[in-house]
Amino acid sequence: MVETFYETLRRQGITRRSFLKFCSLTATSLGLGPALAPRIAHALETKPRTPVIWLHGLECTCCSESFIRSAHPLAKDVVLSMLSLDYDDTLMAAAGHQAEAILEEIKKKYKGQYILAVEGNPPLNEGGMYCIQSGKPFVEKLKYMAADAKAIISWGSCASWGCVQAAKPNPTQAVPVHKVITDKPTIKVPGCPPIAEVMTGVVTYMLTFERIPELDRQGRPKMFYGQRIHDKCYRRPHFDAGQFVEAWDDDAARRGYCLYKMGCKGPTTYNACSTTRWNNGVSFPIQSGHGCIGCSEDGFWDKGSFYDRVTDIKQFGIESNADKVGGTAAAVAGAAVAAHAAVSALKRARINHADENKEGN
Amino acid sequence: MGVYETQGFKLDNSGKRVVVDPVCRIEGHLRVEVNLDADNVIRNAVSTGTMWRGLEVILKGRDPRDAWAFTERICGVCTGTHALTSVRAVEDALDIKIPENANSIRNMMQLCLQVHDHLVHFYHLHALDWVDVISALKADPKRTSELAQSISSWPLSSPGYFRDLQNRLKKFVESGQLGPFANGYWGNPAYKLPAEANLMAVAHYLEALDFQKEIVKIHTVFGGKNPHPNWLVGGVPCAINLNDTGAVGAINIERLNLVKSIIDQSIEFTEKVYIPDLLAIASFYKGWLHGGGLSSKSVLSYGDIPDRANDHSAKNLLLPRGAIINGDLTKVHEVDLRDPEQIQEFVVHSWYKYADESKGLHPFDGVTEANYKPEGKNFKGTRTKIERLDEEAKYSWIKAPRWRGHAMEVGPLARYIIGYVQKTPEFKEPVDAVLKHLDVPLTALFSTLGRTAARGLECQWAAHKMRYFYDKLIANIKAGDSSTANVEKWEPSRWPKEAKGVGFTEAPRGALAHWIRIKDTKIDNYQCVVPTTWNGSPRDGKGQIGAFEASLLNTPMAKADEPLEILRTIHSFDPCLACSTHVMSPDGQEMAVVKVR
Repeated sequence: MVETFYETLRRQGITRRSFLKFCSLTATSLGLGPALAPRIAHALETKPRTPVIWLHGLECTCCSESFIRSAHPLAKDVVLSMLSLDYDDTLMAAAGHQAEAILEEIKKKYKGQYILAVEGNPPLNEGGMYCIQSGKPFVEKLKYMAADAKAIISWGSCASWGCVQAAKPNPTQAVPVHKVITDKPTIKVPGCPPIAEVMTGVVTYMLTFERIPELDRQGRPKMFYGQRIHDKCYRRPHFDAGQFVEAWDDDAARRGYCLYKMGCKGPTTYNACSTTRWNNGVSFPIQSGHGCIGCSEDGFWDKGSFYDRVTDIKQFGIESNADKVGGTAAAVAGAAVAAHAAVSALKRARINHADENKEGN
Repeated sequence: MGVYETQGFKLDNSGKRVVVDPVCRIEGHLRVEVNLDADNVIRNAVSTGTMWRGLEVILKGRDPRDAWAFTERICGVCTGTHALTSVRAVEDALDIKIPENANSIRNMMQLCLQVHDHLVHFYHLHALDWVDVISALKADPKRTSELAQSISSWPLSSPGYFRDLQNRLKKFVESGQLGPFANGYWGNPAYKLPAEANLMAVAHYLEALDFQKEIVKIHTVFGGKNPHPNWLVGGVPCAINLNDTGAVGAINIERLNLVKSIIDQSIEFTEKVYIPDLLAIASFYKGWLHGGGLSSKSVLSYGDIPDRANDHSAKNLLLPRGAIINGDLTKVHEVDLRDPEQIQEFVVHSWYKYADESKGLHPFDGVTEANYKPEGKNFKGTRTKIERLDEEAKYSWIKAPRWRGHAMEVGPLARYIIGYVQKTPEFKEPVDAVLKHLDVPLTALFSTLGRTAARGLECQWAAHKMRYFYDKLIANIKAGDSSTANVEKWEPSRWPKEAKGVGFTEAPRGALAHWIRIKDTKIDNYQCVVPTTWNGSPRDGKGQIGAFEASLLNTPMAKADEPLEILRTIHSFDPCLACSTHVMSPDGQEMAVVKVR
């Protein structure tokens, strides 16, 4: 008999009341509203576990590490009760041909039903032999397992965009998954790595609603990648007030002013860091004093130094989304920078004056 | 080759060839081939790094202040250690001094990684080599409880707790969907634990999975996220503000309290769960002392954890520094990372090309031109379908680093052996205590089990040292210093036209160093020699084998078709293949345009 998530919770002494509370919290944290909580509850009560094949190409394993950091749900419960992680070379007990036999088994037994999660990416140079698995190019394994998958999750910036090994001059010709698998629904969950709860949130959403989350034009779930870090940054009032960190560890840094002038890429980066935050909400890069390096954006390694000021942002416009910005960024860039500089200089002068008055009192 | 001797080992590749590819439960991609004699004893071992990413060529021409972020992505498991090594290399090149607070915070982050990495390695990457999960189903929960309570005061130890866990496991197994436990080597006679010890270990596998996510919050506080926290050339990016307006946006007393509570929990978990489990498991395996390899002959450590800021001399480093060669435990040699005669990399058996492959190159002058060439008279397969590699030809994406010509083992065991030989009490005493507890001689240290035990002891050491640097940070702030960054040389206009430097750390897996050359404010050359390059090294021109290969020799396998013993020993090094196989110099750039498909 297959144990469902609900049964697991009950057996661990969780009451039905707590379980339903969990469901409504999950619904809320996914941005779905409390009305959908009963559907989450029903799904978790009744479903057997969906097989997941988790492949690793050229990567650094930061996505797997992030995944096991998930606090809600716990990685343990995802793996033991929500899905069936049938192949993941980072965690699985078996190795060699015993491991590879599982691929064959799942491919046949669950044809069209399993989720293919991909961490890292395939290099195409040298016939793909910059990433060899079982003596063969990784790209072959990827294509072979993709053929019978229901959907593909591209974990992290490697699988989504190419990431560090694809940075110029990309010596191995590493390419993102969607460049070699073009006939499967693919969900990109970018970030280096993605936030743990975003990863488990995407999986839970798919298992619960039996559908792929709504994606933006670039293939990312809108619920987590629909807005820029800047739009919801708690330091945003300092940006609007023209209060900036000018040097590391200066007074402004100690007061938590805006890191824009230190190269923060929050204004051009679509991710959930400033709201979901990291490691169960403890912090996120800006909160800990370093600008965002834009790690969930396509080609973020090749956009100049992480300490160069971004020059293509608009001063206002939280309502903009990735699709709109993608289409208009080039056109507005020049004007926006000029406007930004003028507005922030004016505001800064005004606020500084106000500050002095206040401290004088 | 047939039969030959090297480093005191006899190699014979005439017997049955067994291939393990992929070796799972590691970071990255590794292949191992061994030859077994008629009694299923390993008589030849070949380890092959099977991935390569080319990060150094990517670094060329970039801003040296950005290099930490690129190199941090070499590895997401030992996250942060490459970044720390990188900022140290840049600071060395540009002669930048960091504030004391930055040193304490960096040390806490590095030690936090040691604690996290060792714990996750033991429970999630290594435990299944010792622990039979399916056997846990047969355990008596009451006796499991008695066992747990006899070795530790850890509170989660009641019969009911273990019964619930066993029921959960039972239902999981009965579901037929075994997930990560599918096709494991359950029931293999090389598993020695009684059912009750297996059940206890499975419980702690799950508890450790829950707990590890707490440890890394120290990275999150100071670096904003984990994996891959943020670092800064010249200090740390997090400012300290305890009293003034805006303190809530900086390191304040609430943040410091969070760090302190995690340190306390880490010490408790390590001492009440990890160490007792380690000793309990070891007590059932102390008759299985294979896997020593190079550890009794040649070990290397660069040292790490500078007590005071900006002093990287051996006497100021809390982790030991030095080299032992030829099994001479009476002498620890000085190590100099700048000396062109000491560290050199060879490529005779690696898929790279040198103008003169009979010579090794020091990393400051390193060259790496990729040269993928599976070949040799014993090679079987095609270019894109390898069936058997030939260790007499080129066979790995890993180079062969040597210290004064010697293949070396690096990692926790190397550090503990050097610390032991130097008679440093904080390394010697715990080792002696473990040996006494298990009633085994000092020679037992040179084994797979010794490697695994050293890692556990180091985890405990690191947890306590976090507390030391936390206290140091508080004392320094109390004394009126809240500085975290030195920005005197932040602007590239203040840099010399040319500079070169080396940065080093002791990563969880062993000695790690980056060599950088800066020219006209950009990276001119960047080289990393990482722990798994040392341990996973292929043969060199003299036929000397690396640490992985040496460790597998003479190990009997209970079943030739179940590579349990191979995994156990290879895992004891905690291999990190993404680390070891990225190395490439600017000269390799040309191949990028040659073979684009």
